[in-house]
Amino acid sequence: MSSLKSRRFALKALTAAVALGTLAAVPAHAADTIKVGVLHSLSGTMAISETVLKDTVLMAIDEINAKGGVLGKKLEPVVVDPASNWPLFAEKTKQLLGQDKVSVIFGCWTSVSRKSVLPVVEEMNGLLFYPVQYEGEELSKNVFYTGAAPNQQAIPAVDYLMSKDGGAAKRWVLLGTDYVYPRTTNKILRAYLKSKGVADKDIDEKYTPFGHSDYQTIVADIKKFSAGGKTAVVSTINGDSNVPFYKELGNAGLKAKDVPVVAFSVGEEELRGVDTKPLVGHLAAWNYFMSIKNPDNTAFIKKWSDYAKAKGIAGHKDKPLTNDPMEATYIGINMWKQAVEKAKSTETDKVIAAMAGQTFKAPSGIVSKMDEKNHHLHKSVFIGEIKADGQFNVVWKTPGPVKAKPWSPFIEGNDKKKDEPEKK
Amino acid sequence: MHRHRFIKLFMALCAGLCLAAGPAHALTAAEATAIATGETDVRIEALNKAMATADDKTAAFIQAMADGEVKVAGDKVFVVKDDKGLDPVSGAAVAVPGGAEDLVNNNRMRGALDNALAALKLFSKDDKLRLEGVKALLKEPDEARLPLVEKALAAEASPAIKAQLELARAAALLGSADKARRLEAARALGQNKTPETKLLLNERLKIETEADVKGQLQASLQAIEAALVWGDKLGALFSGISLGSILLLVALGLAITYGLMGVINMAHGELMMIGAYATYVVQGLFQKYLPGAFDWYLLAAVPVAFAASALVGAALERSVIRFLYGRPLETLLATWGISLMLMQGVRTLFGAQNVGVENPRWMSGGVQVLSNLTLPYNRLVIIGFAAAVLLGMAFLIGKTRLGLFVRGVTQNRPIASCMGVNTARIDTYAFALGSGIAGLAGCALSQVGNVGPDLGQSYIVDSFMVVVLGGVGQLAGTVYAAMGLGILNKLLEGWTGAVLAKIAVLVFIIIFIQKRPQGIFAMKGRSAEA
Repeated sequence: MSSLKSRRFALKALTAAVALGTLAAVPAHAADTIKVGVLHSLSGTMAISETVLKDTVLMAIDEINAKGGVLGKKLEPVVVDPASNWPLFAEKTKQLLGQDKVSVIFGCWTSVSRKSVLPVVEEMNGLLFYPVQYEGEELSKNVFYTGAAPNQQAIPAVDYLMSKDGGAAKRWVLLGTDYVYPRTTNKILRAYLKSKGVADKDIDEKYTPFGHSDYQTIVADIKKFSAGGKTAVVSTINGDSNVPFYKELGNAGLKAKDVPVVAFSVGEEELRGVDTKPLVGHLAAWNYFMSIKNPDNTAFIKKWSDYAKAKGIAGHKDKPLTNDPMEATYIGINMWKQAVEKAKSTETDKVIAAMAGQTFKAPSGIVSKMDEKNHHLHKSVFIGEIKADGQFNVVWKTPGPVKAKPWSPFIEGNDKKKDEPEKK
Repeated sequence: MHRHRFIKLFMALCAGLCLAAGPAHALTAAEATAIATGETDVRIEALNKAMATADDKTAAFIQAMADGEVKVAGDKVFVVKDDKGLDPVSGAAVAVPGGAEDLVNNNRMRGALDNALAALKLFSKDDKLRLEGVKALLKEPDEARLPLVEKALAAEASPAIKAQLELARAAALLGSADKARRLEAARALGQNKTPETKLLLNERLKIETEADVKGQLQASLQAIEAALVWGDKLGALFSGISLGSILLLVALGLAITYGLMGVINMAHGELMMIGAYATYVVQGLFQKYLPGAFDWYLLAAVPVAFAASALVGAALERSVIRFLYGRPLETLLATWGISLMLMQGVRTLFGAQNVGVENPRWMSGGVQVLSNLTLPYNRLVIIGFAAAVLLGMAFLIGKTRLGLFVRGVTQNRPIASCMGVNTARIDTYAFALGSGIAGLAGCALSQVGNVGPDLGQSYIVDSFMVVVLGGVGQLAGTVYAAMGLGILNKLLEGWTGAVLAKIAVLVFIIIFIQKRPQGIFAMKGRSAEA
């Protein structure tokens, strides 16, 4: 009896404590802060890539607050976890915009999650900054795309492989994970290769399921295909599957010199789990590499290293790494800050107007500009070769920033689409 | 393209000249700088110029560049070996300035360096080096290199190398302006049944204009393709067996916990993940404390992975599962919850990112069986490992006292108990054994794929599939099912692509289980009804 009583008491005490805790957690200074939503998966399959982006946003917010905030107000992050669950992305967006009343959201990685968030942001007139390279074919008034469109990553990479220095490839294997980004990118690339005079029989398009881990057959096929002429592989394999693919490639003795592989989803972070010695010479195309040398990048890396150490971020506290989507996130939040200051308001429509033509000195070494019309950044494209230490050597870059073409001219019907959002 | 040709011709001529013209002068600092810095075109030109007067120092410098042991500071070039700077010209030790950067070679430059090395090797005194040189030249031939090859041919004594040199000569003649020589070359190359030769002939076929040379090229290509078919077939079979061995490893532990004990253990995948992380930890310890014996860390990791997973399994059984025997739904839910906790625990401990587990050196690369069939060592080792685990387990279950008790308890618990068997303890042992084997599977998986918190998730479905298909309670069934699924999957993949193959295999299993719910092998006797 007494034990039952005490248990009941314990329950009550616990409830009270929880209630108190919730009350205490409500910020007392809610009125004089600007709320910023962070919508990245912190659990599930995408956690591996997205967690660092959440930390990048928090780092930038700390940095902005330390300099006095925006419009005299401190930024207050609201972090939610959509758990790699696409419908949950939409729900959490509703919560951020409707309940928490955030002024802006930084978030999403996969195209599916962005597509899920899009109708909510448009309906509630929110503002989303999307920091990852994607397949294009989208232009929303409420979204700013700080990652690369296909003409800022895929097409320059193919151009490089066709050049003499890139190996003058004649045959192409387009290899990807089976979902919207690789399928669309490969559709664009196929049309582009055809326009360059590559015949259909010299293009081999292959897809694997999500989480595929046995690449023996694929690698054997690539080997066979490459006996028909100088071959290059364009890989849009996503996330986890890259490790088994590259391990198989190394063990089967396919050297970068003979069959170079250029990847669009492999960066410093993805190579963390790989023994890179057999991969030296394979390529990646991005708009930023950690190994790029300039004062802005050195400062950016130092900021991140210090932040990771101070916060004890797993993995990064011992071996801090920066990558392209982190840089895109960092540019995004800083440009948003500048736009708010220019508009002297956090109202969505005013900020959107002020975003046009914003510039920011990016860690990649260029002055990055937000296009006046199409909501995409102008970006330089770099081709990097994998080094033995898991970093990249930049072997080629575009002479200057490239303007994004979200509507690729290599997809039918796109010539009629306008290079700016429909609704204003 | 033209320019490339010209450069090759130039290089070959220079190399030929140097070898004919006697005394070489030493590498100069200006040459070394020119080869190491600037535009690729200019560097290759400089490399060829240096080749004209090549000596041992030039060779050593080119080798160092190919190995990535060269650093550049301004217009000074250093060879860095074991953290010590050497001057490439004098060979004397020098201090490398702090701002020195690693030399950047792109794939084209790397190819040019390899070519230069091959040309230098052609006149080495070592048979092995000469053979290497010829083989490299065979891959990228040019008619301009002909005098060089012929000179080497005249001097060559070893018949094996001579044969290769003749092939290299034929390969070089393939681009000849003389039709008769091209015809002869196309015929000769038909004898060399390798994918590289196929590539050469294909490339020539694209630009060939003479009809009879075309015919001969096609005939030779056909001969080569016919020879390569076997390699392809064996390759497909091998990859099937390899996938089968992995399926077998991931399913063996489950064959005990689910097959024999009837526990629907959704945390089976996470026990594998724990084994993989145990391997990672052992790797880290070796890196830190025993770097000399790093290549053998895997041997130490095997028992550690087994022990770690077995301990977690035993704790799981004692604390949760033993209260749920005979209640499959609750077991399923409870173990699923545990799997989530284990994953999140690992995320908190090691981070959400994948961790890197390196293959030891003896497991990297592969053995070349046929010209187009290379068997990777890591896959061979895993096949052997799976066989060893299988044998060990069959022995344990079939021949030992513990195995006898396990079989006794699963077949008839009350009678076993009456005979004085401590059934609760046997349950724990059996579950720990199954978990430990999952740990071994994790250790093996760390050598072919990712090690991350989600590792188990991608294999849990596969392992249940194998056990159910093989027939619950049967080791032999598990083996047949694993090998069958592996080979079937790989054959379908070669034919329909990976996405369709996966779907087709699942459809096959559904139909099979409909027709034969008890799996390939059915349990006979009273226990089957229990």
